Amino acid sequence: MSLLIATLAIGLVFGVLALGIYLSFRVYQLPDITADGSFPLGAAITARLLRDGVDPVTATIAGMAGGALAGAITGAIHVHFKVNALLSGILVMTALYSVNLRIMGASNVPIKANTIFTPFEQGAIAWFGQETSILGRSVPSSDLGLLLATTIVVGVAGILLVLFLKTELGAAMRATGDNARMLRALGTSTDRMTILGLALSNALVALSGSLFAQMQSFADAQMGIGVIVLGLASVILGQSLIGPVRSIALAIIGAVMGAVLFRLLVAIAIRMGLDANDLKLVTAVVVLAAIVGPTWLKSIARKRGTHAPA
Amino acid sequence: MLRLDSVCKTFNPGTANEVRALVNVTIELAPGSFTVVIGTNGSGKSTLQGAISGAFDLDRGSITVDDTNITRWPEHRRAHLIGRVFQDPFAGTAPGLTVAENLALASKRGKWRTLAPLLRGARRGEWKDLLAQIGLGLENRLDDPIGLLSGGQRQSITLLMATLTSPKVLLLDEHTAALDPRSAELVISLTTRLVAHSSATTVMVTHSMQQAATLGDRLIAMHRGQVYLDVSGVQKQHLTESELLALFSQMRRDDRFDDDACALVAGQYR
Repeated sequence: MSLLIATLAIGLVFGVLALGIYLSFRVYQLPDITADGSFPLGAAITARLLRDGVDPVTATIAGMAGGALAGAITGAIHVHFKVNALLSGILVMTALYSVNLRIMGASNVPIKANTIFTPFEQGAIAWFGQETSILGRSVPSSDLGLLLATTIVVGVAGILLVLFLKTELGAAMRATGDNARMLRALGTSTDRMTILGLALSNALVALSGSLFAQMQSFADAQMGIGVIVLGLASVILGQSLIGPVRSIALAIIGAVMGAVLFRLLVAIAIRMGLDANDLKLVTAVVVLAAIVGPTWLKSIARKRGTHAPA
Repeated sequence: MLRLDSVCKTFNPGTANEVRALVNVTIELAPGSFTVVIGTNGSGKSTLQGAISGAFDLDRGSITVDDTNITRWPEHRRAHLIGRVFQDPFAGTAPGLTVAENLALASKRGKWRTLAPLLRGARRGEWKDLLAQIGLGLENRLDDPIGLLSGGQRQSITLLMATLTSPKVLLLDEHTAALDPRSAELVISLTTRLVAHSSATTVMVTHSMQQAATLGDRLIAMHRGQVYLDVSGVQKQHLTESELLALFSQMRRDDRFDDDACALVAGQYR
């Protein structure tokens, strides 16, 4: 039970990541690999500031701001210098590796100070005592505090994102991904929208990284590897859970659910004996299968002269 | 008023694919006038629209709307003066957004996109009336994603969107060419109505000689990047479809003559 609650909490942190990837991948239709750099960037900035005695909320927001800047740089390289979006992301991601090491001063920085989660953990302990029982199983109360905190963060972030996408600016961003030519004809710079969108996406990714580091009590230069694929897996999984929907709110709930479910599946797989080292390979294969699978099955069905089941 | 002054544009200069799309074009269009532009393939009629809308930089010349020189303005900046409808009926609307959201984006044409909710204070009643004008029952589909609608429906809405904020200039780039005949007819009748009620200086490029003969108060025929024929007033009113067809075969003959001449000359140099 304790494992389940901790897994849910981590899953929700990756839900924030999924929000960011949803924005770049679904709204802008570009898989932005900057995420692999901005995730540890958020962690690095937060870890460094916490070590320097800055309060956790400021440290978390600073992490987000760092991610926003990274995303804006990727966007600017893409639109101003007409560099392919994927390559722009790769360049920024690579550069960020060094930046993160500079910020942390080492490849791994432990977080010993109070984090953004501390008040919640302490509150839960004050309320329930050290241990509490759920469905007859004993659970550390601090984990419940953690779960509450992550639920609040992902809930607030998700609601704000939905509301934002329904503002003039947010709708202009959606139109940029949908039909950039139309938006230019309507007098909006799609260049500016792309930069802004990638900044927002990476701010969310960095927030996720910052929360993840605070939850794990360390930041590590390597912790960003495969983050984009993890995010894509969450978004795609969420989409298959929710189905093809028109509502933005449902799509976003789906992305968060996808992240949590993916985390649960990973926890189960590792419990059942999956080597943790094989995790990224499995994730990549799952994402590939989810992307090409449906089309591939259809083409096989067509070759056999039958129709694929809907 | 829309004025093009000695506008030149050459694509791929200095290469084998060099195209002199606009050669020293000077045109002045009166405010509120409705000009139809025709021309053979590659005559420069679409390039003319691109030059006005700012799709590319000019090699030479200037473009002014009223007294504002917009030659160096990027495409999106010109948009608050210029409403546009494209040939591709799907190019003017964002499929993932609802009909209302598309209209709302168009109603803020050229303005800053703010953090205000897009549909707050939406003039739904007004939009419903406009959509009802089209006569396709679109007034009940404000909250459907526009991607669910047909090409003709979407092109009609694009036309509404282009005129929603009373632009100074309205550019219609073969906007019925990709539609089925029935939808094309519908879009043309909507065009006639909207243009009549609008104060915009309208430029419509078309491939249809029938449209060219019946619509507008001025006709410009482009050929090899230059104005080949420019008629207005009574002369334009009396222009018939068959006269235009004759004009076209004349222009094509010119083309063929030049091609033959090229072949002849090329043969001697081979």
